[in-house]
Amino acid sequence: MIDREQVLHVARLARLGLTEEEVETMSRELSGILEHVERMNKLDIEGVEPTSHVVDLVDVLRPDEPRPSWPKADVLEAAPDPAEGAFRVPSPQAEA
Amino acid sequence: MQEILELTAVDAGRRIADGEISGEECFAAWAAAAGGDELNAYLWRASAETDGRSSRLPPVAVKDIFCTEGVPTTAGSRILEGYLPPYTATAVRRLAGEGAHVLGKTNMDEFAMGSSNENSGYGPALNPWDRERVPGGSSGGSAAAVAGGLAPWAIGTDTGGSIRQPASLCGIVGMKPTYGAVSRYGMIAFASSLDQCGPLTRDVADAAMLLSIVQGRDPCDSTSVGVDGGVELPTREDLSGLRFAVPTGLDMDGVETGVRATLEATLSRIEELGGEVGETALPSAEHGISAYYVIAPAEASANLARYDGVRFGIRVDAPELDAMYEATRDAGFGPEVKRRVMLGTYALSSGYYEAYYGRAQRVRTRIAEDFRAAFEEFDFVVTPTSPSVAFGLGDKVDDPLSMYLNDYFTVPMPLAGIPAISIPAGLAEPDGGGPQLPVGFQIAGPAFSENAILDAAFALERAIGFDARPPSS
Amino acid sequence: MNEQRATSNEQLEAVIGLEIHVQLSTRTKMFCGCALSFGDEPNVHTCPVCLGHPGTLPVTNQQAVHFALMIATALECEVAPRSIFHRKNYFYPDLPKGYQISQYDIPLASGGRLGDVRIHRVHLEEDAAKLVHLGESGRIHGSGQSLVDFNRGGTPLVEIVTEPDLRGAAEARGWAQLLRTTMKQLGVSDVNMEEGSLRCDANVSLRPAGTKELGVKTELKNMNSFRFLERGIEAELARQRALLDSGEGVSQETLHFDPRTGSLTPLRTKEYAHDYRYFPEPDLVPLAPTEVMLAAARDALPELPGQRRDRYRDELGLPEELATQLAFEAELGAYFERVLAEATDGAEARAVANWVTGELAAELREAGEEDPGRVEPGALAALVGMVQAKRVTHGAAKQVLAELVAGGGDPAQIVEARGLAQISDSGELEAAVKRAIEANPEAAERVRDGNAKAIGPIVGAVMKETKGRADGGEVTRLIREKLGA
Repeated sequence: MIDREQVLHVARLARLGLTEEEVETMSRELSGILEHVERMNKLDIEGVEPTSHVVDLVDVLRPDEPRPSWPKADVLEAAPDPAEGAFRVPSPQAEA
Repeated sequence: MQEILELTAVDAGRRIADGEISGEECFAAWAAAAGGDELNAYLWRASAETDGRSSRLPPVAVKDIFCTEGVPTTAGSRILEGYLPPYTATAVRRLAGEGAHVLGKTNMDEFAMGSSNENSGYGPALNPWDRERVPGGSSGGSAAAVAGGLAPWAIGTDTGGSIRQPASLCGIVGMKPTYGAVSRYGMIAFASSLDQCGPLTRDVADAAMLLSIVQGRDPCDSTSVGVDGGVELPTREDLSGLRFAVPTGLDMDGVETGVRATLEATLSRIEELGGEVGETALPSAEHGISAYYVIAPAEASANLARYDGVRFGIRVDAPELDAMYEATRDAGFGPEVKRRVMLGTYALSSGYYEAYYGRAQRVRTRIAEDFRAAFEEFDFVVTPTSPSVAFGLGDKVDDPLSMYLNDYFTVPMPLAGIPAISIPAGLAEPDGGGPQLPVGFQIAGPAFSENAILDAAFALERAIGFDARPPSS
Repeated sequence: MNEQRATSNEQLEAVIGLEIHVQLSTRTKMFCGCALSFGDEPNVHTCPVCLGHPGTLPVTNQQAVHFALMIATALECEVAPRSIFHRKNYFYPDLPKGYQISQYDIPLASGGRLGDVRIHRVHLEEDAAKLVHLGESGRIHGSGQSLVDFNRGGTPLVEIVTEPDLRGAAEARGWAQLLRTTMKQLGVSDVNMEEGSLRCDANVSLRPAGTKELGVKTELKNMNSFRFLERGIEAELARQRALLDSGEGVSQETLHFDPRTGSLTPLRTKEYAHDYRYFPEPDLVPLAPTEVMLAAARDALPELPGQRRDRYRDELGLPEELATQLAFEAELGAYFERVLAEATDGAEARAVANWVTGELAAELREAGEEDPGRVEPGALAALVGMVQAKRVTHGAAKQVLAELVAGGGDPAQIVEARGLAQISDSGELEAAVKRAIEANPEAAERVRDGNAKAIGPIVGAVMKETKGRADGGEVTRLIREKLGA
């Protein structure tokens, strides 16, 4: 029940480059999983609130105190393509 | 040196404190043992030359999902190949603070997604009981290391059963604490509202000690609260006055014969120890798998978006941005991760949110309510940890759903945010024949009932007297 | 795509709403302890958290929440007893986690107002980093590449969304300026549009005047000054009008305004670009502002426009309309306060108010200028004082004002230099009156006969001769006296 078009759309959203074969397999596998998942539709959830937070806490806040930042050399050391003190990436295609 | 390797962490700690053995000796003995890893349990090990003098406890094997400063951390994924974190996870820092240093980083299912360690980007870990079988997952390496004599104790993470299930398949103790008991800072995120750090140990006392060290509120993790009053070493001798419930809402049809027999035997033992065994409905729990396999992938799809080749990790170059993202993520992520990211993205996408994610979060509420109702009558809910003993490598890789069903008994607890432990309860043959393999027994309790669970597990463990060992390597 | 077609040649009204982002002037970022940066070297104010490294977690900045509560209170909003953060998911290099932590359907506050415009909602979120496209700066000749600087990433933002209550470009600009002044008064932000600490996007649509249904709206971005905001909205309204008139219809889209050319270009939206897949942020707990937090926000508020209007009216005795205008017209009001502060020698508040909103405003328009600050507040205060002390007539003062607007200066010196001092010598005045009467015998006769209006030319003659240095009222009185009328 999740067809090829949907798989392609979701793969774009998730920036996953799937091969044609993967698209087919994915469609099959996801459909199977979703079928099982949909069993939960049998449960009556009338009037039940969704669990958006598990711990019973509110207002966990941090004082507005600066602490030293990470040294720039170290920051860029992990970068795949550091340049001019920044992270270089291929430009996006669209956008003004 | 062999003597040192026989000691539990609690005992070793005592002897180091008493001066009977030195921290240095202890560390060296374990580093040497870890060096003989034939189970692919480790992805990185501390060198034998490491200065172990500051050890006050034996060193700990750390699942490669925990960031360790300057030490390779991959989360079992190729996308983080070569990544050296700039900081150390709070849980690991706390252990180091008590003199328990990092022995090695253990193998795991990629980004904690899996129940067999076959989804690792670095090859599967092997079960020391039978090297053609899986150790379970996703903390497969940690479980294999402890069960296989390659580590005295270990930490792992549990999101849907990833500590408890491998502990069960490897014949050791594994515990998932209450959500919020242990800081998640530095734990590479899979499903943020479910992930928790926990111990994999030889016995319940070691699990209690490890948990007592890592638990606590951390200002770096807004969702951490710790266990009120801390975690104590267990002392209970029997189970009189305690009430244990088996959930009727969970289907035993898929449970192997040997596992069912072990369950029955363990329930009898509970009664012998003075405990009461009854039944509770837990009617929504059977939908745990459905809810879990929506919520966890959904959160994961967002948590894994940062692996994009921009700031760290691998990059596969391309002339245009989206092409770079896609090529990098295609090369870096394994099939299970891709599957779950797809599932999660779909479940959150426009038009599907309410039907999937919204509904799953409501099912989750019902499951939590069911447990609360059960705990009004009973102290604990008990189940087999896993429907089966360790299965063969490759047995379930072609059927994701059959793999997911390994988590049937373990997913309801993280969904409800409650703690649960798995202790080895016996050995059994798999359906269809095979060697005798460990069977785990799960005890779950209300939120923040860690001490009660550890106490009950301690008494039961003594009574069971599980002393089987994997065939020596 | 939504389209709207005009049905006939009806009168159309503009329907405009604004979406404003205010960068808060806290000391640290929204979710980590990195200091905020101001034009520093790239990537020197970052850490594993704001770089989105694996395993990191956000922790909410207390001061950012305080500032947001101040803003919500100042805008008379209802603060939600419980609000949560959401993840807004999309891929872009300036978004390190691949999602922005923001607020979605349960925001911090909603339902307020500022001046004539209702506020829809106020919420907290984190800013994106900065992306620089190479090949434009010319520094690196690698076209098709960009550089990312994460200093700005994670800066606390408050987003304010208005209801579509604005009806024109100038009104939108004026209101945006009021908002800016208010934020400035609160001390929560530098609110500098050119620097990016205040960002204003507009939602623009047209509909037949007097109807209730909303037309198709477009979103305008990239207007980084109040002037460009106004021009951008004007340009878009014109564009939409033309589309509706031609029967083509307006499509819902996001447009980028280029102030250099005045053109509006659609931002190419990819079909998958706008599915943000919002879900509650599991790494953060809800905000449930306590009474202590709300009181702290209230206590931190300075005098706001509504209260200022009341004070002007009740304490300074300004008429309601004038009080409102000065309290709510940001620049003018701020200027008025400065003049008042300088008005030590006799200039009354009411007179100052009239001069600021009347003569000064008119003179600025004449001269094609906008900023009242061209005239030193002290200078205007002095001038008004001189008028009140009858050292210069109203008319002469206007001439002085013109010069102050044109080139500044000291009013007393200008009066001296141009001989504009009010005639206080009654003899001189009487002589001028006498001459004027003699020069206008018919008018004089009519006045004697009871025709009051006929006095005009005679007064005019006196004023002309004295070059406006005579007080018109005094002149009229003297003429009447002389004519026995």
